[in-house]
Amino acid sequence: MSLDARIVVRRPGFVLDAELAAEPGEVVALLGPNGAGKTTALRALAGLIALDDGYVTLDGHRLDDPAAGVFTAPEHRRIGVVFQDYLLFPHLSALENVAFGPRSRGSSRADSRARAADLLARVGLAEHARRKPRELSGGQAQRVALARALATEPRLLLLDEPLAALDARTRLETRARLRGHLGTHAGPTVLVTHDPLDAMMLADRLVILEEGRVVQTGDAATVTSRPRTDYVARLVGLNLYRGRADAGAVRLPGDFVLTTATERSGDAFVAFPPAAVALYADRPDGSPRNTWPATVAAMARHGDALRVELTGPIAVAADVTPAAAVQLGLEPGRRVWATLKATEVTSYPA
Amino acid sequence: MLPLLGLLIRAPWQTLPQRLTAPGVLAALRLSLLTATLATVVCLLLGVPLAWLLARTTFPGRGFVRALVTVPLVLPPVVGGVALLLVFGRRGLAGEWLDATFGLTLPFTTAGVVVAEAFVAMPFLVISVEGALRGADARYEEAAATLGAGRWTTFRRVTLPLIAPGVAAGAVLCWARALGEFGATITFAGNFPGRTQTMPLAVYLALEQDLDAAIVLSLVLLVVSVAILAGLRDRWLGAA
Repeated sequence: MSLDARIVVRRPGFVLDAELAAEPGEVVALLGPNGAGKTTALRALAGLIALDDGYVTLDGHRLDDPAAGVFTAPEHRRIGVVFQDYLLFPHLSALENVAFGPRSRGSSRADSRARAADLLARVGLAEHARRKPRELSGGQAQRVALARALATEPRLLLLDEPLAALDARTRLETRARLRGHLGTHAGPTVLVTHDPLDAMMLADRLVILEEGRVVQTGDAATVTSRPRTDYVARLVGLNLYRGRADAGAVRLPGDFVLTTATERSGDAFVAFPPAAVALYADRPDGSPRNTWPATVAAMARHGDALRVELTGPIAVAADVTPAAAVQLGLEPGRRVWATLKATEVTSYPA
Repeated sequence: MLPLLGLLIRAPWQTLPQRLTAPGVLAALRLSLLTATLATVVCLLLGVPLAWLLARTTFPGRGFVRALVTVPLVLPPVVGGVALLLVFGRRGLAGEWLDATFGLTLPFTTAGVVVAEAFVAMPFLVISVEGALRGADARYEEAAATLGAGRWTTFRRVTLPLIAPGVAAGAVLCWARALGEFGATITFAGNFPGRTQTMPLAVYLALEQDLDAAIVLSLVLLVVSVAILAGLRDRWLGAA
């Protein structure tokens, strides 16, 4: 059981063109900002919208291939979907919701209900089987939606922002549970989210989608340490620049040169965390550091620290302690010196 | 309200029991209830699928069909009756074929009353059901599809329960309109006591001979309408 797809959907002013593959048992997160085309991709996989180009292949079956005139209706795809707001049928009980799939696929009434009861027990909701969706909490509704999708024994499981509708506390607990349930699904899973934490906690591999294109894929460690777009860098909280490397130095646009600890040549990304940037009132001297004059543009609380946005030869975010901020008299417009150790800077090929 | 009050004031309360049990009254009432109910059933069978087509699919000429559905709303019922005669009359377009093939004639029969009432009352149902369909979240139907339900299963188990209040409200309006139908009925089905003489027709006929009888018949119609409305108000209108 594996998924292989190239999803092309054209809409006025927007083109989605994304390749997506997932192995059996693998959880792939489609991560991107709002409007990137994540949900459109998911709906195309499920057959709720037709592809304009490309293909969807699941277990070697061509489900959608406009060039060959192939289109399989959603009810014949065996793809389970957990929708963003779950879409539990309001007039049916939790048990009837979960039994709906097996019943529609031809199981007897008794078998469907037995299977539904079993699945509800597995997600820990056996005693809530007779409740209507409006009597369930957000976390419970999410689990019923998951059980309903799994009840049809789907070849592919799709989840659209599975945790977005939950409050912060429920979210933490539900995320851990969901991780466990996804592990029991034998086929591939594709989940859509705009939350990097959800993506990293739940998925084996991330696919970053921006403006309809895949801009980066990889496991969480690679994506977080080596972002390739500003969006990803902001998500994981890194300063990111693109330039040309020559030995240990990387020349950025505006002829600003950053010294790194890595020998490299050619187009390269450089990234460093805001906490690696130190600020001084006067120019420090005597150490092998990157040093440049900068002006404070804005300041905001960031956890225990203050995040300072600096302008200058490069725009940089720096984290300083509140005490240091008071000592330096930091305020918008204040001129300071920024330093950065070469060993704190990561560079990697662009 | 004033005309209704007038009806109550002028009612011949002393002779009411005798008048109510007069054979003509009961026959007309029975016929009215029967034909209005049958017409509602016909409207449900034809109107719900039609509303579904209008709300959920796109086909060439959909706007035209929707306009056509609402024509009986603005058409004078008498004109509707004439049109029905031209189509289903013994020498009408469809009537001649129906007569030759099945030996079936609609004009001036009880079935003709049902046809006339259904024709006039259909828009009330279609508009109401189409509105309910548009108001219902179509994504529930998508969810049903991903669970393996075909169109019919989805309609029966998901869409219909979701729009049930709208269908019920439409059916009530439809039934009430059919119950009060006069123009198309008298034109297409005539005014034969026991066969095509419904309550409104009986009221009109009585008005020419016996004012008190007309008032009694009107009162009966009024009571039936108000009773139905009151019975359903709490269930559907009150919930909104």
